[in-house]
Amino acid sequence: MAKAGEKSGGSGKKGLKRKAAVADPQEAAVAGDGATEGGVQPPKATAFPPGFSISEIKNKQRRHLMFTRWKQQQRKEKLIAKKKLKKEREALGDKAPPKPVPKTIDNQRVYDETTVDPNDEEVAYDESTDEFAPYFNRETSPKILITTSDRPHGRTVKLCQQLSTVIPNSHVYYRRGLALKKIIPQCISRDFTDLIVVNEDRKTPNGLILSHLPNGPTAHFKMSSVRLRKEIKRRGKDPTEHVPEIILNNFTTRLGHSIGRMFASLFPHNPQFIGRQVATFHNQRDYIFFRFHRYIFKSEKKVGIQELGPRFTLKLRSLQKGTFDSKYGEYEWVHKPREMDTSRRKFHL
Amino acid sequence: MAASSARRYHVWVGTETGILKGVDLQRKHASNFTATGQPRREAAVSVLCWGAGGETQILVGCTDRMVRCFNTEEGAFEGQRRCPGGEGAFRGLAQAEGMLITCVDSGVLSVWRSDDKEAPSDPLLELKVGPGVCRMRQDPARPHVVATGGKENALKVWDLQRPEEPLFRAKNVRNDWLDLRVPVWDQDIYFIPGSQKLITCTGYHQVRVYDPTSPQRRPVLETTYGEYPLTAMALTPGGNSVIVGNTRGQLAEIDFRQGRLLGCLRGLAGGVRALQCHPSRPLLASCGLDRVLRIHRIRRPRGLEHKDELEEPQEPSEEPPEDSEVDELWASLEAAAKRQLPQANRTLRAPGTRKRRKCPRATVP
Repeated sequence: MAKAGEKSGGSGKKGLKRKAAVADPQEAAVAGDGATEGGVQPPKATAFPPGFSISEIKNKQRRHLMFTRWKQQQRKEKLIAKKKLKKEREALGDKAPPKPVPKTIDNQRVYDETTVDPNDEEVAYDESTDEFAPYFNRETSPKILITTSDRPHGRTVKLCQQLSTVIPNSHVYYRRGLALKKIIPQCISRDFTDLIVVNEDRKTPNGLILSHLPNGPTAHFKMSSVRLRKEIKRRGKDPTEHVPEIILNNFTTRLGHSIGRMFASLFPHNPQFIGRQVATFHNQRDYIFFRFHRYIFKSEKKVGIQELGPRFTLKLRSLQKGTFDSKYGEYEWVHKPREMDTSRRKFHL
Repeated sequence: MAASSARRYHVWVGTETGILKGVDLQRKHASNFTATGQPRREAAVSVLCWGAGGETQILVGCTDRMVRCFNTEEGAFEGQRRCPGGEGAFRGLAQAEGMLITCVDSGVLSVWRSDDKEAPSDPLLELKVGPGVCRMRQDPARPHVVATGGKENALKVWDLQRPEEPLFRAKNVRNDWLDLRVPVWDQDIYFIPGSQKLITCTGYHQVRVYDPTSPQRRPVLETTYGEYPLTAMALTPGGNSVIVGNTRGQLAEIDFRQGRLLGCLRGLAGGVRALQCHPSRPLLASCGLDRVLRIHRIRRPRGLEHKDELEEPQEPSEEPPEDSEVDELWASLEAAAKRQLPQANRTLRAPGTRKRRKCPRATVP
């Protein structure tokens, strides 16, 4: 029987092609009349009914065989097309059309109307008189209080300690079940400028509340992918006491500007370049990646970097005007998944 | 700016940086007007109201206790006057029969003569309504009647011709199920047209209706919406419902005859600061802390009509849109925008919707 021959032929992979080619006329006999299947087989072989697709073959092994054969054919065709294109490009030389840029979600991003134009005076005025103005006018220098949610476990405690080495002039305090609304007036009276609360759930840190103190906005982030220092591979030695530089990438919209300024106001103004340390807040697709590196210039163009300190990813959940008051405070921006996440190419930061 | 009688601004918005913006919805363009030419945060707009003479003048109350008069036809600020007395920002501004009524946060309600602009004269009448006022609203039918309310400041209706005692002083509701006193925080007040009733929305997410004509001083109807303080309210043109907004940017239409939630409007990302309905058409303008002015269609179908980025945190105020040419407004939705504003997205979402029609042009009442 044709089918028995097929089964025995289906053993080795190498034998597949030849056996399949041989099996074709038999399959044609079995399947009956009709057109070829996708024009893949040699014309003499097949006679499949029109509109037949491989997925309609009931026999799993034969179906798999046909599919593998089809895939190999596709790969071959693709390789041939690529080689042809390459040859054409080489033949044209300088006159070749530029290579088409592949579409990524980042370059298909829906243009956001709130993207800040660098020449916009209204936004410039707004930023020069907002709550971060004292920091950016060098009237105050940052003093940070880092704490956690109540009864933190080891990972969170270590993260706070490592954060305090990364952020200069920061102090870690144990949260003894105190209410944030009571902590905040005390911080203000002791001249703290920012409050960071690392929220913990099931022994891992999963949230961050960053509140700028005298009366400034409060940002609530979701934190994920936290890696402590010992979990980072090929890392350098512990960070020194030098004030790091900061890199804020890709905060383009008005909301992004506010958040970027919030991060910038955590660090003192004059970075000490001797320390060669840099903290990066990189925004991509609304996720903010925090990294802390030490760099060294090996020559004018080559840099080597070592990752030091902790690394985590943040996603903004809400930005509230005023200090922490989740019940009665007014929100400047709230993330609403069902309304804002409808398009995969629209981002808000 | 050139004479702007040709340019008709549909919505006026005041901002926290002291700029008054006129938004032209047909051309999808906003123009800035400032008193001094430079934005100033000290002159942040706290209240807006229409001045005398139809819709040609706007009175702008700023945090530096100046009330500035803006002429919409000329497109310029005309005069200003200082209104001292009391502390805090303006919470209410109204115009009646040649008089200017102002109310500030600390509870000092003053009536000024509106002719002498520059010289800060003494007020004609000064009334103390209690500290912590959040809103003062004038009755459109009876210009000498105002209502005030605020945080721990119960709703009171005053007649300015007899200022010794309020016409109506609301009583707090009964203690709740734990026998605790229910706190009071009236954030916005409206007089219901066609009757003497008042409707307020509170910071404890309640919407209450009061009837001064009934012997009951407690609210006649009370409903709650959401879990966040309601900051702004607007009466719909139909006359049976209000739209309230809270600090999270949720807008809801509530029927105040039955106390039922009719539906929600989506789109806002930040706290709502001001809402205004069009006097005749089912359109609602909303602005808030997310710096965007949105025009919503309230019914048939409920959705976002138009969105305009204004780049300033918008404080209270918008003025009701003027009556614009009907067909041109509808037709302008496809017009090329100056600032690359998005097309009106018809997000349909409403529990309890009425029968929806696809074609928007058929919905003009």
